[in-house]
Amino acid sequence: MKHISLTLAACLVGTVALAGETAPKEVVYDEYGAVETSLSGVAGDAASGALLVGDKSKGNCVACHQVSALADVPFHGEIGPSLDGAADRWNEAELRGLVANAKKTFEGTMMPAFYKVDGYIRPGDAYTGKAGAEPLPPILTAQEIEDVVAFLATLKED
Amino acid sequence: MNNKAITAIAMALALPVAAYAEADDDTLVVNEEIEMVTKAAAPAHLAETLDEVMSGWHFRSDETQALQMDDFDNPAMVFVDQAMDTWTTVEGSAEKSCASCHDDVEDSMAGVRAVYPKWNEAAGEVRTLAMQINDCRENQMGAEKWKYTGGKMSAMEALISVQSRGMPVNVAIDGPVQSTWEQGKELYYTRTGQLELSCANCHEDNYGNMIRADHLSQGQINGFPVYRLKNTKLNTAHARFKGCVRDTRAETYSPGSAEFVALELYVASRGNGLSVEAPSVRN
Ligand code: HEC
Ligand code: HEC
Ligand code: HEC
Repeated sequence: MKHISLTLAACLVGTVALAGETAPKEVVYDEYGAVETSLSGVAGDAASGALLVGDKSKGNCVACHQVSALADVPFHGEIGPSLDGAADRWNEAELRGLVANAKKTFEGTMMPAFYKVDGYIRPGDAYTGKAGAEPLPPILTAQEIEDVVAFLATLKED
Repeated sequence: MNNKAITAIAMALALPVAAYAEADDDTLVVNEEIEMVTKAAAPAHLAETLDEVMSGWHFRSDETQALQMDDFDNPAMVFVDQAMDTWTTVEGSAEKSCASCHDDVEDSMAGVRAVYPKWNEAAGEVRTLAMQINDCRENQMGAEKWKYTGGKMSAMEALISVQSRGMPVNVAIDGPVQSTWEQGKELYYTRTGQLELSCANCHEDNYGNMIRADHLSQGQINGFPVYRLKNTKLNTAHARFKGCVRDTRAETYSPGSAEFVALELYVASRGNGLSVEAPSVRN
């Protein structure tokens, strides 16, 4: 019974938190914006992370970043820095923080927060242009963030 | 210094990403006759943000640019011809056409587009061209309003705009319109939706940069209504605004809303000094 009502509650707020998962509002960022603990409790998968980074309807990171490892994905943007060598510049906790909410690392950055559910101005229902009710589903799930972080951790040049 | 070091330093200082305006240096002459000002010194109110304002024409491919250089190639001109027919068509309970009151569109509408949106003293409001057209339809002709972003409206806006082609955009931003202009400015810099992006993030900080497959322009509206190859029709400024706001994963404003009227006034004023180019062609 307890388990069922918990699940129900989770459904009602639109974000189903699985066992071992950290909900978007529970994430602890350190003073530099890094997140020490895995969001899903399950190791990330770099291969699916690579897909998420290139997928227009998911991370769509290449809209803003060039990534040489994803040369087969067409059209990389020029808004943010190239992600080549990202793992030389940032450790795993820092990368997790950057993907979950880059504003904690770079104040006012244009980079969207991928694991954030409320506090928006005119929140929408995805790309429909219609109103969305907060809390919105995060753009990426806890496991998807971990997968993206695992992929970023492979981007080494040195 | 290598690229990586520069990036690292820039990020350590958390500097805003500078815009590398890769606008081309081509010149736009329409029908070998109308010389368009497609780059101009930024108007005084933008002096602290931009040096130069540029037409969206500069950010399109040579092929798309060429379509706008001759009216025979410009796919928007079909709609201008249709609006010419509408201009003389009697409609509504007053049994009048636009021509009944405004005679020859070439004379009566010369220079009109360049100063819209503008203050209407009698109504005590800021009016867009579309609002004025619908006001004439309803109150002068006794005819039905047109849909704000519909085909009839965009075609008529195009016809009226053609009469101002080559003239500098010159919308007023002070006096009775000032508070509306301020509201528009505020909207321009507000980061909306789940992506938390403002017009300025894309069109002020990053024009010239690619965002995925799109080459970002300054988001000027001197070319509106715009024929887009993508949807093969004329698109109004408010329809474009709506699309851009939707792309921030936000609840959009409605075309014709007070917010979009204010935003149109503000965005138009960012193009003061550029030529009226409408109807222009984009991808
Ligand atoms: C709308 C643009 C945009 C999108 C989309 C975006 N980013 Fe960023 N990103 C930026 C900008 C701009 C910066 C630079 C930070 C700053 O100074 O503002 C940045 C910085 C970063 C950094 C640190 C820079 C480095 O490599 O040293 C990483 C890592 C990163 N982004 C990863 C991602 C990932 C992964 C995604 C997708 C899940 C993503 N970004 C999506 C704009 C974006
Ligand atoms: C019965 C007369 C009448 C008819 C018919 C009429 N208008 Fe008007 N129009 C006016 C008047 C009067 C004004 C000035 C309104 C004002 O300043 O408040 C005006 C103003 C305008 C303006 C603004 C001009 C400026 O310098 O700001 C435009 C644009 C316009 N009309 C378009 C149209 C169109 C398009 C049609 C047909 C669909 C049309 N009008 C039909 C009477 C008419
Ligand atoms: C996420 C990025 C993004 C944001 C935010 C954005 N736009 Fe755009 N906008 C684009 C892209 C991409 C295009 C197509 C390429 C171009 O012309 O810049 C475009 C095109 C335009 C155009 C057409 C320009 C032309 O010459 O045809 C206008 C006008 C415009 N935007 C206005 C706005 C306004 C006003 C806002 C804020 C309400 C806004 N945009 C927010 C990405 C954006």
